[in-house]
Amino acid sequence: MTEDLTTRQTIHDFVVSTFLFDNGDVADDASLLGEGIMDSTGVLELVLFVEETFGIRVADDEILPENFDSIARIAVYVARKGGGLVEAAS
Amino acid sequence: MCGIAGALNVRGMAPLDSTTLRRMLMLLRHRGPEMAGIYADGPVALGHARLSIIDLAGGLQPLANEDETLWVIVNGEVFNYVELGEELGRRGHRFRTGSDSEVILHLYEELGPALLERLNGQYAFALWDARRQRLMLGRDRLGVRPLFYTMAGGSLLFASEIKALLADPRVRRQPALHALDQIFTYWAVLPGRTMFEGIHEVPAGHYLLMDADGAGPALTRYWAHRYPTVEDDGADEDFYAVRLRELLVDAVRLRLRADVPVGAYLSGGLDSSAIAAIIRHYSPNRLQTFSVTFDDKAFDERMFQQRMARHLGTAHHIVECRREDIGEVFPDVIWHTETPVLRTAPAPLFLLSALVRRHGLKVVLTGEGADEFLAGYNIFKEAMVRRFWARELTSRSRPLLLRGLYDWVPDLQGTSQAYLEAFFKQGITETHDPTYSHMLRWRNTARLKRLFSTEVREALGDYDSARELCATLDPDLSSWHPLSQAQYLETRTFLEPYLLSSQGDRVAMAHSVEGRFPFLDHRVVELAGRIPARMRLRGLDEKHILKRAVRDLLPPDIWQRPKQPYRAPICAAFCGPDAPEYVAALLAPDRVAQAGFFNPVAVSRLLAKCQSSAHVGENDEMALVGVLSTQLWYDAFVKRFDAQTLHERTDVITVEAGVPLVAV
Repeated sequence: MTEDLTTRQTIHDFVVSTFLFDNGDVADDASLLGEGIMDSTGVLELVLFVEETFGIRVADDEILPENFDSIARIAVYVARKGGGLVEAAS
Repeated sequence: MCGIAGALNVRGMAPLDSTTLRRMLMLLRHRGPEMAGIYADGPVALGHARLSIIDLAGGLQPLANEDETLWVIVNGEVFNYVELGEELGRRGHRFRTGSDSEVILHLYEELGPALLERLNGQYAFALWDARRQRLMLGRDRLGVRPLFYTMAGGSLLFASEIKALLADPRVRRQPALHALDQIFTYWAVLPGRTMFEGIHEVPAGHYLLMDADGAGPALTRYWAHRYPTVEDDGADEDFYAVRLRELLVDAVRLRLRADVPVGAYLSGGLDSSAIAAIIRHYSPNRLQTFSVTFDDKAFDERMFQQRMARHLGTAHHIVECRREDIGEVFPDVIWHTETPVLRTAPAPLFLLSALVRRHGLKVVLTGEGADEFLAGYNIFKEAMVRRFWARELTSRSRPLLLRGLYDWVPDLQGTSQAYLEAFFKQGITETHDPTYSHMLRWRNTARLKRLFSTEVREALGDYDSARELCATLDPDLSSWHPLSQAQYLETRTFLEPYLLSSQGDRVAMAHSVEGRFPFLDHRVVELAGRIPARMRLRGLDEKHILKRAVRDLLPPDIWQRPKQPYRAPICAAFCGPDAPEYVAALLAPDRVAQAGFFNPVAVSRLLAKCQSSAHVGENDEMALVGVLSTQLWYDAFVKRFDAQTLHERTDVITVEAGVPLVAV
């Protein structure tokens, strides 16, 4: 399944809200560690968000910068894991 | 102990009106609750608030020399006053009192400002030289006691705490944005700075001179914390351990000098345990010890505290710090720290000094300084591990050493090794940079600045605190051993401007308690600097020489304990159903916008995140305390502070000249 813009946007909004407190912006391909958007413990928040929002299970050995260090990479990872936006219960 | 305040006018006018000086002394009442003294002569006015510890009956200040050409007010102690007094007496000096402060006057008669080199103590004083019409402000080598000054209305004003300076309505209360930027990078302002434009502090190891004709203020450094470029390879570990033990014992002996009982803090860690053990070993009286415990298990160390108290047979007293206690006292704490902070750690110590006061004691010995000078902190190990890894970047095993450093951080338990490595790998090859050890921490902390408002960001522009930092560093820093570089940085940017102040003097003095620090005896500091780096931190064994020096006095489970940093809860204190009301009020968008430091939307997002997350990360906790303490600071010192409504101190004795000392 290819990633779509909604996935990417959702991740982008989460990063800006959670790590920048809606006071700034970040490019989709910016290194979250390198740009100081988050530190090493921030990845836990990302993992939790991804699991809850896209209904996937992140294995311990998948918590790698390759998969999580930018909005674009996260979107690719989510698509690869077959994740889709979990609908809220109505 | 005490508080001092005063002024020197350089335009031939009176420096301070009596009302202002009495208001300054009222604001310093917690530092000197027992009595106050004033002396005024032409352009100079001196005020002293007393907490009597040595020469209880006779030590009223301001103090004069034999012919009243020199006057002094002192906050602090000169521990070697007995030896100095004997020496000065043999050379014909005559003393009015049994106070330790008086030796300063007589040494000045002989040496002028160089008198500072003879003092072993923790002190901040103002000395008026009537013959030269010159004021000298002196501060101890490490910055144990505070000393602030500013120019206003043609006068140099000085005081132990900034709030006393603000009692003069001519002093502007203008927040310094560069200082805020520094706090949100280094955890504290850089030495000499304060949160107010135009208000400065005499840096540790310096004195200031100001003449009544206007020359000055001139700052001069008389002592520096340094390391050798070439390490002494001649002696072995035993030599240093024995020498350290001797000096520590003597440092404690000097610091037990008081006409009141002396107690000790017990944190449960190596340093305070060592001090308490030395006191017990060499003093006949039953030692009273004091500890703070936490209802939150993650922070509590009571088992080790009690272990040590039983081992020494002390009369042990405890105050329990519940999460709601921190929230309750935090505004008072900021009133005393006079600066925003990124930790709540001063709050339990505020409760601890209150406990000491309730038991009627005025003096406690504590273990501050050992981590800085004898290499105790994890950041030193982190720097050595990163350097080790940098030499072989492809190694799989070297970065695994990082894992063990932060066992106490719950966050990092869940983090993948890959992420840990990615984080610590940043800038890893910059090993030539003398600030290598602290770069990651500072860079990580600086992320907090994303909360600044647009106005603050624009006002700061491209301000880079690194330049100001480098200007304060020792010029030889690059030539020292990397461990020494790290220790030096921790001393200059953390111990001096934060630990000894917000976690030390301020919260102890808030309850009129004087802390004394044997590890900060300058002979101990100088010896520690001469110990070869590889012995100070032996592999990953921190405070290796200290352990060798004192382990015979301690149970093994105390000196073998892994380092547990002293921390206090943050989110638990300010969030949740029992959160104090002022949190929501001060962080509401209108109050945030009015103070102008932070972006109101960002603060609301931060607060919501802290309130809703089961587990809040360390950076977000620092952000919450940082924003909240800044709002409290602004409220107390800028918005609501009104000099005109201050009360004057009434128990003030006016000391008059005209009582020359009669020969005995």
